[in-house]
Amino acid sequence: MAVCIAVIAKEVCSYWAGTKACTPSTCGPAPYTFYLQVFGHFFFSPLFNQNYPLYIRSVPIQNELKFHYTVHTSLDVVEEKISAVGKAMADQRELYLGLLYPTEDYKVYGYVTNSKVKFVIVVDSSNTSLRDNEIRSMFRKLHNSFTDVMCNPFYNPGDTIQSKAFDSMVTAMMVQAS
Amino acid sequence: MESLTLTDGEQKYYSDLFVYCDTDNTKKVASNGRVLDLFRAAQLPSEVVLQITELCGATRLGHFGRSQFYIALKLIAVAQSGLPLRVESLNSVKDLPLPRFVVAKNEQEARHTAMYPDSENQGSYQGVIPRPPGRGQVKKLSAHEVIQPCVPTVEPQLQPDPTSPVVSPHQSPPTSPHWRKHKRQASGGNVERQPVVLAGAVWTPFREAQAGPVVSGDGMWSANSPPPVQESWENSSIRTVASATTTNETQRQSSGGYDDPWKITDEQRQYYINQFKTIQPDLNGFIPGSAAKEFFTKSKLPILELSHIWELSDFDKDGALTLDEFCAAFHLVVARKNSYDLPEKLPESLMPKLIDLDDSAEVPDQAPDVGYSGSPVEVTPNKSPSMPSLNQTWPDLNQGNEQWETFSERSSSSQTLTQFDSNIAPADPDTAIVHPVPIRMTPSKIHMQEMELKRTGSDHTHPTSPLMAKPPDLSEETKLATSMKFVTANSGDGYSSSDSYTSDQDPITSVVTRQRSHSGTSPEGLKVVAAPPPPPPRPHASHSRSSSLDMNRSFAAVPTGPQLAGVVAYPPAVPPRPLPTQTSGPHSGHRSDEGLAAHSTTSPHQIPEQPNFADFSQFQAFAASDQLSDDGEKHPESLPLEKSSEGAGPLRTVKSDNQEERAAATVNSAKGSIMAPPPKPVRRRLKSEDELQEEALPLKSNVIATVLAAQPSIPRSVGKDKKAIQASIRRNKETNTVLARLNSELQQQLKDLLEERISLEVQLEQLRPFSHL
Repeated sequence: MAVCIAVIAKEVCSYWAGTKACTPSTCGPAPYTFYLQVFGHFFFSPLFNQNYPLYIRSVPIQNELKFHYTVHTSLDVVEEKISAVGKAMADQRELYLGLLYPTEDYKVYGYVTNSKVKFVIVVDSSNTSLRDNEIRSMFRKLHNSFTDVMCNPFYNPGDTIQSKAFDSMVTAMMVQAS
Repeated sequence: MESLTLTDGEQKYYSDLFVYCDTDNTKKVASNGRVLDLFRAAQLPSEVVLQITELCGATRLGHFGRSQFYIALKLIAVAQSGLPLRVESLNSVKDLPLPRFVVAKNEQEARHTAMYPDSENQGSYQGVIPRPPGRGQVKKLSAHEVIQPCVPTVEPQLQPDPTSPVVSPHQSPPTSPHWRKHKRQASGGNVERQPVVLAGAVWTPFREAQAGPVVSGDGMWSANSPPPVQESWENSSIRTVASATTTNETQRQSSGGYDDPWKITDEQRQYYINQFKTIQPDLNGFIPGSAAKEFFTKSKLPILELSHIWELSDFDKDGALTLDEFCAAFHLVVARKNSYDLPEKLPESLMPKLIDLDDSAEVPDQAPDVGYSGSPVEVTPNKSPSMPSLNQTWPDLNQGNEQWETFSERSSSSQTLTQFDSNIAPADPDTAIVHPVPIRMTPSKIHMQEMELKRTGSDHTHPTSPLMAKPPDLSEETKLATSMKFVTANSGDGYSSSDSYTSDQDPITSVVTRQRSHSGTSPEGLKVVAAPPPPPPRPHASHSRSSSLDMNRSFAAVPTGPQLAGVVAYPPAVPPRPLPTQTSGPHSGHRSDEGLAAHSTTSPHQIPEQPNFADFSQFQAFAASDQLSDDGEKHPESLPLEKSSEGAGPLRTVKSDNQEERAAATVNSAKGSIMAPPPKPVRRRLKSEDELQEEALPLKSNVIATVLAAQPSIPRSVGKDKKAIQASIRRNKETNTVLARLNSELQQQLKDLLEERISLEVQLEQLRPFSHL
């Protein structure tokens, strides 16, 4: 089962975070695959509506490119979901977007923060043990860690996330989810 | 191999050296690497070294056994003394000085610069970091002569500890294990550590000799932060190392006896505090992230490392540094500058709140150099009780939601930090959709109840209050006082029930009229009491349409007399509504209620109002006609129908009005003695049973009878002329209104009948052609 976590920024910069992908040796034999990608958002460039990844992590690392593609296609769904809610409800819009869309192989979950930073998780469909509230908790942890990264004055928003604490958290989460 | 006789000093020395070389702790074989290093340190030509090794038999054996080692050492001493290398000389030479092993200058420098396993930075550091005191030490060390004398001085101290470091370079071995046990992860090989340890060991004697080597370092602290801090840190670390080496064997044995390199010494801490003050004068305050970023950027560490340091030191993840956090961060920067690798997680000694404990524990420990009982082992127990709890609480705090709030607070302090909305903040109630509050055009129940309350209460401001005041004036009212109240209550109920039927479409005036009609219910009773039982306007205020008619009647009665105004005008002065508009409305409703007219559930106590007096005859006829009409058949008896309809009109209207006020009707009927809503309540009851059309007529007749019966009693009750006149006037007016309503109803009925007739005729017409055919 493939799992992929992606953190996506709002600007396109071809900015593949490429943080240490979890190799099978470090993550151990993962029965499920997991892919995470974080897409960030640039505040001082509101004209740009593109997203670029701040952080990508997958386990195992095979088929990573396929996950990249999946996550990028899911961005459209994310944009659609966040634009569906009107301005009045913008504050009340739930951050957890839920299952964006299922494909034959995997399910894509989305989460958007108030600052339009998007978290995308791709999980294999065969991983039936992952329930919705578990995904929610994962997103919550991601968000917490992301804010910790943001708190760091040495982190410039828009940079790729190279925080070790973030990496360790993601690794632990992936191991737990697998 | 010849037997080797060694002097005691030699024996000890050699054994120490052997232990030093015995990296594998075999106690029998000295590792080749160590031995070779040692031999190299002897500063002998390599060929001599080779010869020595050959002579001692190591080459033969392939390793250095203890005996070989000793022989080798002896030969080194021989060689160093200039004597030819010969096995015979091993025992022949007497008074052979101990072999000297000199540490190469570059090695010393390396040791000085780092004590770091990372040899790469050594060169760079030498240029960057001025360390006169250290260098001074190094220079001193370079003198062989110095080393030697130190050996005997140090030895005695070290001897109690079997693992005690051998003097001078040999001091390193015992400390190396300690270094090995060191937390530092970026440890090079033991070989690398050796120079470090050696340096540390070498410095030990100097440390003992001097009061405090760090003192010299203190002077540097006033200079730029990183270098002097590094130096001071280095000195302190050296000192700690030295102190570690000089600790008792128990201390050393326990937990290795070395200090925690991450521990902040007092001098360091003071320095950090001073630096903190330059940024933030308040020691209890925070340093915002941006200021901290600028400060630590000065250390010229790569941003990535600074970022990692920040992650480690900002314990509460609030984007700002407290004093403890700042000291931890500073300490980490210093360590990193000295090319110590950063730990993966914050060392315990650097954790906030624990540092305080460290200081308190350190102070007494550092007083005696030897008694550096502040050995981590002993110190940690003091901290351990609190540490676990803190360690447990901190992660919990970090995971708590409070960091969200703190983050949002802190983020505003930094320009570079992105502004996040707090995810936890509940939706602003202002943004919540506000449901439009419907504005009722019609009186709400509450309003009606208020009206009722006002009426029932002793509120004289209410127009109906005169109503209350009136009754006492009238003689007849007393007996009806209770009934009045009852009526008012009923009226209240009527209001509530009528309220449900109120339609929003009715104009306010109609609402008001309804109110008035409601108030009329009570006034009905009151009216009856006040004026010798003028049949009070029926309480049929429930039905909107009919109520209007009632209102008309009541209004008509209102202007009759000021006395009755209050009584009659249940609703405050409201202009009589246009009859036609209102009468037309309820007609349809009334029509359906025709059948109820004859309901005779009520007893004849329902005294019809005088206006109805005239209607009674009509009612009778109407009752008959109702029967016919109720049959659903169209009779050409339109006239009687009309008549009856006229009579029934008011009846119907009354009924329709009272339909909703069944409760009131029942109550009123229950009263019996109440003349007030005589026919009305009855009619209400009738209305309620609209379905019972067949009973309508008989009921109607009964009602009519009751009305008729009640009617005569009314005028009789009037005792006084004036009041009688007024009452009669009122009655007349009421009759007028009733008749008017009846008229409208009948007209409506007429229209319906005509329509039916037309339809029937059409049917006939359709049938006739066939008949024609």
